[in-house]
Amino acid sequence: MADPILSVRDLTVEFPTRHGILTALSGVSFDIMPGEVLGVVGESGAGKSMTGSAVIGLIDRPGRIAKGEIHLQGERIDNLPEERMRGVRGKRIGMIFQDPLTSLNPLYRISEQIVETIRTHLPLSKEAARAKAVGLLDRVGIPDAARRIDDYPHQFSGGMRQRVVIALALCAEPDLVIADEPTTALDVSVQAQIIDVMKELCAETGAAIMLITHDMGVIAETADRVAVMYAGRIAEIGPVRAVIKDAKHPYSAGLMGAIPRMSADLERLVQIPGAMPRLSAIPPGCPFNPRCPHVFDRCLTHRPAASEIEPGRRVACWLYPGVQEA
Amino acid sequence: MLAFIIRRLAQSVLVMLVVALIAFAVFRYVGDPIASMVGVDTRLADQEIMRERLGLNDPVVVQFLRFIGNALQGEFGISYRLQQPVTELILSRLPATIELAFASAMIALIFGVGLGVFTALKPRSPASALVMALSLIGVSLPTFLIGIGLIYIFSVELGWLPSFGRGQVVDLGWWRTGLLTESGLKSLILPAITLSLFQLTLIMRLVRSEMLEVLRTEYIRFARARGLSQRAINFGHALKNTLVPVITITGLQLGSVIAFAIVTETVFQWPGVGSLFINSVQVVDVPVMAAYLMFIALVFVVINLIVDILYYVVDPRLRVGG
Ligand SMILES: Nc1ncnc2c1ncn2[C@@H]1O[C@H](COP(=O)(O)OP(=O)(O)OP(=O)(O)O)[C@@H](O)[C@H]1O
Ligand SMILES: [Mg+2]
Repeated sequence: MADPILSVRDLTVEFPTRHGILTALSGVSFDIMPGEVLGVVGESGAGKSMTGSAVIGLIDRPGRIAKGEIHLQGERIDNLPEERMRGVRGKRIGMIFQDPLTSLNPLYRISEQIVETIRTHLPLSKEAARAKAVGLLDRVGIPDAARRIDDYPHQFSGGMRQRVVIALALCAEPDLVIADEPTTALDVSVQAQIIDVMKELCAETGAAIMLITHDMGVIAETADRVAVMYAGRIAEIGPVRAVIKDAKHPYSAGLMGAIPRMSADLERLVQIPGAMPRLSAIPPGCPFNPRCPHVFDRCLTHRPAASEIEPGRRVACWLYPGVQEA
Repeated sequence: MLAFIIRRLAQSVLVMLVVALIAFAVFRYVGDPIASMVGVDTRLADQEIMRERLGLNDPVVVQFLRFIGNALQGEFGISYRLQQPVTELILSRLPATIELAFASAMIALIFGVGLGVFTALKPRSPASALVMALSLIGVSLPTFLIGIGLIYIFSVELGWLPSFGRGQVVDLGWWRTGLLTESGLKSLILPAITLSLFQLTLIMRLVRSEMLEVLRTEYIRFARARGLSQRAINFGHALKNTLVPVITITGLQLGSVIAFAIVTETVFQWPGVGSLFINSVQVVDVPVMAAYLMFIALVFVVINLIVDILYYVVDPRLRVGG
């Protein structure tokens, strides 16, 4: 098997606060293969965005990576000096944020923002960078790109703006794109188009995608593998088909119930009662134990680590033999 | 753009008319113009003739329209105190005030923006804490105290800089400047610093809070995620977004720099329009007071107009037809 493009090992992110240390991520491990799409799902506050921020080295102060390693194409990047990390951002890892309305600087033309980014990473003249930018805007589906490129962000609709953001994230041809809920802020009618454009462009350059979303439907259609996160940990990770059809972790099973399907299997449309605990109040044992329908005594005292139970599938749940303690 | 400018011009005219009404009221009803112009020994009959000749017996509306007509021609009557046309007086004092206001506005802008950016980018450094503490003193101490303090240190104790006057000036025909002689420049330093301090701290605090705000925005995060250099992010993306409100405030402050120059000019005996006004108030030289009022209003209105247009130039979102 090929080497992974991104390899995250035992990633732990902490926020020192006045009331003690909050652990936003704990022991998160996963790989992304070249050209692969990894979906990341989970409730609000599960740590999806935090994982993306950690990978690209933009965790807000005073948060810090307390443990673990992040490797990009074999090179360790979690401890790179800021100067070197800047060469990773944009150039090797592209990032797409949720809200295209606020992702673009309102005072600069689209052309200025793209040309600036291209020229930061590639040795191109202004003219060449501009020509590349026009081509890219054309590729992401901006009609009349050669003219629209000199418009300001506010002159575009939300969907068009997100296309611009995608062009910006991809302009230096990164090997990995982290898309943090790229369609959540958009009109439902354009969401599928945006995902398609992004997937198509990445497929062209061979870039892998880490796709963070709430939308299990999108994951089902787009991702190769999916990671289900809960309370700053990975609850389950595996191939998308397998996880959807046969979720192992009770939490994933509940989540998968939220996928709309043609032949509505009523038994699967379960709601998960309760809410995810706050970071400061994660119970001992398995963090999911207060909501778990299958909870038993071991769950209350011992914390499971995401462990391999079948080739390519890891689950953090005591229901399965071979699961290690965290 | 044109419609916008026309609309703003119309508003400006309206403001000027209101101020003119106030100035007229001051001119006409504070004290008795005739009594101020002539000696006490002039006979009442003669005073009445003068009153008639100056049109002071006409209906108020007619007098107001005449006042505006005269004002439009730069005609504000004769100073009671100096027996000179008021317009001439103000114009001769204007260069001193403008040079002072301009110098302090530059100081305020350069140091205000510079220190504001610095304290926003390095919020944890001890230098930032020191600057912030000093700025508190800057806003809370009254101007005249700062002026007197500076005079005490740099003129009395150290003897480096003159404590009053404008130094030697060069007459360029239509403008008497103090910027071309060493003594003129030296004389400018203390009053300019004094006048600038309040605006400087204001601009600095504004830039700092705006900049901190902007640095938290999503587009700055996205700029970071694209790997742009720290300099491009701080000074290209962040600072430009900070400037929109800063331009407004600075512009308006320039108006008040000219207005507040009264205190500084008095402390440093600076021969500008501010000290002219103070001297006129002491002897109720009403024509000068009225003209000064109009002049300050005009300064504010013009600056406001320029600020609006600048705003428009900086922020593409305000431009129509997008
Ligand atoms: N600056 C911070 N200080 C303290 N805690 C933080 C900070 N930023 C994020 N967190 C915490 O980290 C956890 C993970 O947040 P994250 O934004 O990754 O969630 P998410 O899974 O992306 O949720 P959403 O679906 O709402 O985007 C949350 O519990 C959040 O409260
Ligand atoms: Mg998020």
